[in-house]
Amino acid sequence: MARKHKTKANGVAGASIVVVGAGVVGSLVARELTRYEGEVRIVEREPDVGWGVTKANSAIVHAGFHERPGTCSARFCVEGNAVFADVCRDLEVPFGRTGAYVLALAEGERAVLEELRGRGEELGVPGLALLDGGEVRKRLPDVNPEVVAALWAPSVGITEPWALAVAAAENAVANGAILHVGEEVTGLTVHGGRVRAVRTDQATYDVDAVVNAAGLAADRIAALAGITVPGLTPRRGEYLLLVDVPPSLREAVLFPVPTAHSKGILVVPTVDGGLLLGPTAADLPPTQREATETTVEGLAFALNGARRLVPDLPVGKVVKVFAGLRPEPADGDFWLGETDIRGFYQAAGMRSPGLTAAPAIARWLAGEIAADLGLAPRPSFSPLRLALPRAADLPPAEWNALIARDPRYGRIVCRCNRVTEGEIAAAIGRGARTVDGVKFRTRAGFGRCQGGTCTDRILALLARETGRDPEEVPVQGPGSALVVGRVR
Amino acid sequence: MRTHRVDVLVVGGGAAGMAAAASAAREGAKTLLVEEGSRLGGVLDQCIHPGFGLHRYREELTGPEFAHRLREDLRGADVWTGQSLLEVEPGRPRARTVGAAGLVEIAAKAVVWAAGARERPLGALRVPGTRPAGIFVAGLAQRLVNIHGLLPGRRALVVGSGDIGLIMARRLHLEGVEVTGVVEIRPYPGGLLRNVVQCLDDFGIPLLLSHTVVEVHGRGRLSGVTLAEVDGSGIPRPETGRFVEVDTLIISVGLVPEVEGIPFAPRDPATGGLAASTRLQTPVPWLFAAGNCLAPFDLVDTVATLGERAGTAAARYARRGLSPAPTVALGRGPGVAVLVPSFLVPGEEVTLYLRASLPLAQARVTVGPDGFGRVVRGVRPAEMIEVRLSPEETKALARSRNVTVEVTTLR
Repeated sequence: MARKHKTKANGVAGASIVVVGAGVVGSLVARELTRYEGEVRIVEREPDVGWGVTKANSAIVHAGFHERPGTCSARFCVEGNAVFADVCRDLEVPFGRTGAYVLALAEGERAVLEELRGRGEELGVPGLALLDGGEVRKRLPDVNPEVVAALWAPSVGITEPWALAVAAAENAVANGAILHVGEEVTGLTVHGGRVRAVRTDQATYDVDAVVNAAGLAADRIAALAGITVPGLTPRRGEYLLLVDVPPSLREAVLFPVPTAHSKGILVVPTVDGGLLLGPTAADLPPTQREATETTVEGLAFALNGARRLVPDLPVGKVVKVFAGLRPEPADGDFWLGETDIRGFYQAAGMRSPGLTAAPAIARWLAGEIAADLGLAPRPSFSPLRLALPRAADLPPAEWNALIARDPRYGRIVCRCNRVTEGEIAAAIGRGARTVDGVKFRTRAGFGRCQGGTCTDRILALLARETGRDPEEVPVQGPGSALVVGRVR
Repeated sequence: MRTHRVDVLVVGGGAAGMAAAASAAREGAKTLLVEEGSRLGGVLDQCIHPGFGLHRYREELTGPEFAHRLREDLRGADVWTGQSLLEVEPGRPRARTVGAAGLVEIAAKAVVWAAGARERPLGALRVPGTRPAGIFVAGLAQRLVNIHGLLPGRRALVVGSGDIGLIMARRLHLEGVEVTGVVEIRPYPGGLLRNVVQCLDDFGIPLLLSHTVVEVHGRGRLSGVTLAEVDGSGIPRPETGRFVEVDTLIISVGLVPEVEGIPFAPRDPATGGLAASTRLQTPVPWLFAAGNCLAPFDLVDTVATLGERAGTAAARYARRGLSPAPTVALGRGPGVAVLVPSFLVPGEEVTLYLRASLPLAQARVTVGPDGFGRVVRGVRPAEMIEVRLSPEETKALARSRNVTVEVTTLR
């Protein structure tokens, strides 16, 4: 395709691209696009980055052995896993390569392990090993003693998906992207088989390309472009979160053998010392795109499933139950790349392992778009982003130096996760406008007391730093104010 | 990192910690109290209602007044506010703290842990539904109202009839919030009887016993909850479910001792609180415990008394470095839900604090194989039973390795 030059009113030479959705996929795609000349906008309906599918999933970086060879999921899962640690290092996002065990709890399940290993080896998944029951029990004293064998996958890891979305969006913005949160795409202008403009509830943007990374709304965005996509089913996953669990329970990700439907109920260590049990996989009617409520049955199913893997889970350490919706595409695979409408690209239908695949998809898709539009590399691109300082994790001398510069880093607000006032103020400085925005960026309120101790101080800091009254500070989106007025 | 040397380090500036620091200083120990908040008082500061001090000062005080009295006694001790504990070494009484002036290592000879308790969050109950704004543990709601002057909502339901929940029901009612009721999963209230009367009955706020919240509704802000009755074993009966429209849920479903900062210290399996002797000494000889980190107590008067005892014992330990006295383990027998302390020192007078598992019109508390007994009327799980044993009685228990405490009904 011929190289296209376009000069915008603000003087930016190159293409104009809108990425719809600031989840982990959209944010990473936007970041990769800033490697090239042009103007990149990220348009996100929610008030913050990473609040859709990204916010409530298992946070696992998969190895790839669950995927059918030949699918997009298989290719990008393996590629994504291979680059994940590097991306997390560049963006200063937590990542831990814990490895995972797929546990066979009956003789009949051994064959499944063999099959998974075969698949994995075909895909180039490194280090897979079949272990006998005795070896598994020796390595994992807490697992179900009925375990007969396990597949060990050392390349599996854990991360913080919302932190990755925030980091990628910040890095994209640092490289010139423009982030619009709380702005909803309402229409796409298509002329002559090419997408020309993106209309939102606030503005219209002329574009050369659009990337549909809208998660659960991807089918709606596709419809705005006039293209047909396979159905998108909201699949609900319910979870229980435990905190302060013994290290022996946090060694590795534990899977049961998968079913045709899903990977099953897992036991997953979190990067901040917790343990996640779930998810269930309930397919909801297509209209239920916000049904993130938990259910009696779902929570019982998740807990019982987790107990099959680890019978003596410390249930008293449960501090939170939650659910997330993930998009389940009818064709069972990701929707990637350019569509029949020129300039309209997709990074959607991101079922599991979408998180794992995201960095690889982003890299590949940005390359495709750059090639199609003839975009030149931008020499000033920097892939590096500095995380908020996590004061309590610093060596004492560095923490002291930080406090010497700004005493707020010596004042702990969230006792459970040791988050300082300095970190909260910095998170607000980087765009957190809500109690949850602070929580997801700093982990303040994520711990054993679930904010019972610190929420009032976070509210006061949000109000002060953003010049609002406390009644104007929401927990989540609009209409979710924490407090409603003053005492009389 | 600078090192600060003291005899006794007290962690926590609530009632227990203030009383401990005051008594340790009175014993002549060089005492340092560290408190993470910007001022002393702990939860007392937000408890602006009266009802404190009837036992200790023989007059009725508000929480801040009670805290003020304890603060007045603190002159002999150093106090650092805005100072958070980071860790205590497992092998010796050395701690790291942080504050706006930086990190400080504190080398002590004894440590009194007085970090109190936190409130159980709703998530711990695994209640299904959505997770909107408008759900507050009672202490947070209390802080918002009484410290920040902010109103959490317009129409509230209180879940759990613990004392803070009852007090917040009244407090919100007085602020013009429509309090639709207090639900309690057990067939009897979780708080003190006087609070049921003075906080609910006097204001016509209904108490729904054997009820629980089975679902949370609302996106953005809470829109309501589904309530249901529970059967004899606490299982909800779905057919009794009904929707209650509220924008605020106040959670008061129990306190959890805050002991995560000292993972090496043995816990009482029933409460998760620190295991300690009647001298408030833990099995880690230099570590003493006071207040709600042992088990949640009913009265701050008791907490202050135990704090004093812990401070005195810690000061004496710091001076003489005595190894722990030989102790006898106390075990929870039938009918006992909570028992403090976990060990007793034979030959010393002790007070046992216990909670019965069930309400009983008349009960006998039996201690040990020889059955020292006390008859108690009107036993309620919400109200701790205090049983004082004389030195002769505890001496007689020395022969046993394990002493079990039981509560049995008397007809």
